[in-house]
Amino acid sequence: MAARKGSASSAKAGANVSAEELTQYYRDMLLIRRFEEKAGQLYGMGLIGGFCHLYIGQEAVVVGLEAAAKEGDKRVTSYRDHGHMLACGMDPKGVMAELTGREDGYSKGKGGSMHMFSKEKHFYGGHGIVGAQVPIGAGLAFSDKYKGNDNVTFTYFGDGAANQGQVAETYNMAQLWDLPVVFVIENNQYAMGTSVQRATKSPDFYERGIAYGISGEEVDGMDVLAVKAAGEKAVAHCRAGKGPYILEIKTYRYRGHSMSDPAKYRTREEVQKIREERDAIEHVRQLLLTGKHATEDDLKAIDKEIKGIVNDSAEFAKESPEPALEELWTDIYADVAPQNA
Amino acid sequence: MATKILMPALSPTMEEGTLAKWLKKEGDTVSSGDILAEIETDKATMEFEAVDEGVLGKILVAEGTSGVKVNDPIAVMLDEGEDASAADEAEAPKAAAESPASVPAQAKSADEPADIPRPDTSPDWPEGTPMKTQTVREALRDAMAEEMRRDENVYLMGEEVAEYQGAYKISQGLLDEFGAKRVIDTPITEHGFAGLGVGAAFGGLRPIVEFMTFNFAMQAIDQIINSAAKTLYMSGGQMGAPMVFRGPNGAAARVGAQHSQDYGAWYAQIPGLKVVQPYSAADAKGLLKTAIRDPNPVIFLENEILYGRSFEVPDIEDFTIPFGKAKIWRKGSDVTIVSWSIGVSHALEAAEKLAKEGIEAEVIDLRTLRPIDYDTVLASVMKTNRCVTVEEGFPVASMGNHLSAVIMERAFDYLDAPVINCTGKDVPMPYAANLERLALITPDEVVEAVKKVTYR
Repeated sequence: MAARKGSASSAKAGANVSAEELTQYYRDMLLIRRFEEKAGQLYGMGLIGGFCHLYIGQEAVVVGLEAAAKEGDKRVTSYRDHGHMLACGMDPKGVMAELTGREDGYSKGKGGSMHMFSKEKHFYGGHGIVGAQVPIGAGLAFSDKYKGNDNVTFTYFGDGAANQGQVAETYNMAQLWDLPVVFVIENNQYAMGTSVQRATKSPDFYERGIAYGISGEEVDGMDVLAVKAAGEKAVAHCRAGKGPYILEIKTYRYRGHSMSDPAKYRTREEVQKIREERDAIEHVRQLLLTGKHATEDDLKAIDKEIKGIVNDSAEFAKESPEPALEELWTDIYADVAPQNA
Repeated sequence: MATKILMPALSPTMEEGTLAKWLKKEGDTVSSGDILAEIETDKATMEFEAVDEGVLGKILVAEGTSGVKVNDPIAVMLDEGEDASAADEAEAPKAAAESPASVPAQAKSADEPADIPRPDTSPDWPEGTPMKTQTVREALRDAMAEEMRRDENVYLMGEEVAEYQGAYKISQGLLDEFGAKRVIDTPITEHGFAGLGVGAAFGGLRPIVEFMTFNFAMQAIDQIINSAAKTLYMSGGQMGAPMVFRGPNGAAARVGAQHSQDYGAWYAQIPGLKVVQPYSAADAKGLLKTAIRDPNPVIFLENEILYGRSFEVPDIEDFTIPFGKAKIWRKGSDVTIVSWSIGVSHALEAAEKLAKEGIEAEVIDLRTLRPIDYDTVLASVMKTNRCVTVEEGFPVASMGNHLSAVIMERAFDYLDAPVINCTGKDVPMPYAANLERLALITPDEVVEAVKKVTYR
């Protein structure tokens, strides 16, 4: 067991990465950012209602970790979930149509932004209660261990959820039973409006597993290659039957906690500085250009393609009808056991 | 092409706002993410960011304007190099939000009864079935063991279920037969292991989560309701939590307020859950087997005082009892007494006393509180014209209240007296023996209630 500060693997990993991989990460991160910007726009137009939590700024976390996953691996997160769904290959159209509450949404319009699922992509939500997804993630890992396969569950939660009691309960059981679960703490530094420093005197979340015997490390979440390298290490640990692993990924959200957050708890300069100096997409863009893996025109073509995908998803989400009124009364009880796994 | 920028909705409830300040002026170049303006909503002052890049062609709403409706055009954006006159030609936006579709006028419950009660009067097992005497405790253990033999994805987890053989010895012998992989001692961590069980159910297993008592399940109630009960609906039917939460519920004896609460009415309120509260050993066995096979989350509320009571249990392979089918323990024509769990014991004792005074009570055991067998209750009340409900739980928002409402709606003209709800008293459970006796429902109170509704 060890807890390590910072990731040593970033620069080295960057040296070995192929042009194809870099381009893929650029594309995947850009899709999330453009999708979220569009979602924010549709929210402003009243097409998306209720709470809507955007992932802008944190894209490298899910894209880096999905690069370390294999088919069969599972993922579960809280309500800031659009990026996770896009990164694991869910259809932007189905996600956007769920945001607009339409029948072609992943939950037929009955879940909304915070409650979305895909059995096919092993995405188990999309949970609205801060921290509740953490024991659920350990339970998913429990089911894989019970069945004797080598799948791993990525259990995402924020710096806010990290202070929930059930997280400590889950660490204890996950290590006790050697469950193959990667606990991913997306530390974006603010639990809604409360900064980490105002919420705990133990701000190094990667160390929180030490008491239970769980190794952890801190990762630069604005560097997709560093995230991927750390993810591969954590996954290898789990697949080898060594139990859970903690990754505290330092990231930053550019937008408010939700659409209705005026964000008065931090300065505009703080946000602007990170956007200008640390942006994860800009980082990969520079790697592509300076490494002569892509030209400005190549990247422009990708930008255009992504914009097209996002605009199509928005059009689809506007055109899709509202759910039939009978849907009010469906899916309350299952007649046959759902084939979850 | 010129595009209009519309007044954004910046909170779930915002309908209009004040355009407090423009941070860009006409002619400024705008990049995606730039702050265009500050807008005051009903809650706060918000920064409004640009989505598209271009040039701010024309400001249509001056800063300081209040009462700007959501989706009204507030400015026009031009593409790089486009003439400002294009701003005037930009089309008026269409209203984005459609009027909400009409919803069914009358709220209905998913298991609302049909108008004429049609009770299922079929016997639970065929006549002539060989019977054996078993305690509720043994019946529950046999149900779990049989289902674990039948389906390898069924496993049991909870505090002291394995090596200790169960705090109340319900899981006696299961560790020996099924091993530590399937009979799992948990740390004392109800919220955590309930949530872990939900995740395992999402992952394809069929967990039985034992709470040492349902009083401790209050620590886990978020996982039971928000995660287990609601996910099938929230996922549009893609995934749910086929699992059983079980353990003793209600008062035992002299364990005080924090260990003596009946949660039947709490869980029965939740769509997505099924709720079982058996009385006899045969029902405990048949209903637990049904619960383990059910593809939904089931709350299985046992009773510690009943664990040691013996009943006749049919000695047949694969014996199950369906949910939503009440059992009539005693036929009668003068009054209907509706109960479940240990309340049935009080009801039957009261019925014996009443019979000596010439009042014949019909005693119905609901067995499951969700779904509820309304038909059996209504058919009986239409016959007897009088009803008393008996439960251990608190009086406010009790199951009896709900049953009374349904009887009033569906059988009002048949009633010759108001329905009386016999419940536990509206106090935390006291420890002192004499006070505890006062707090709990007793057969004598049931007798008294029956006399009231029969005007004796």
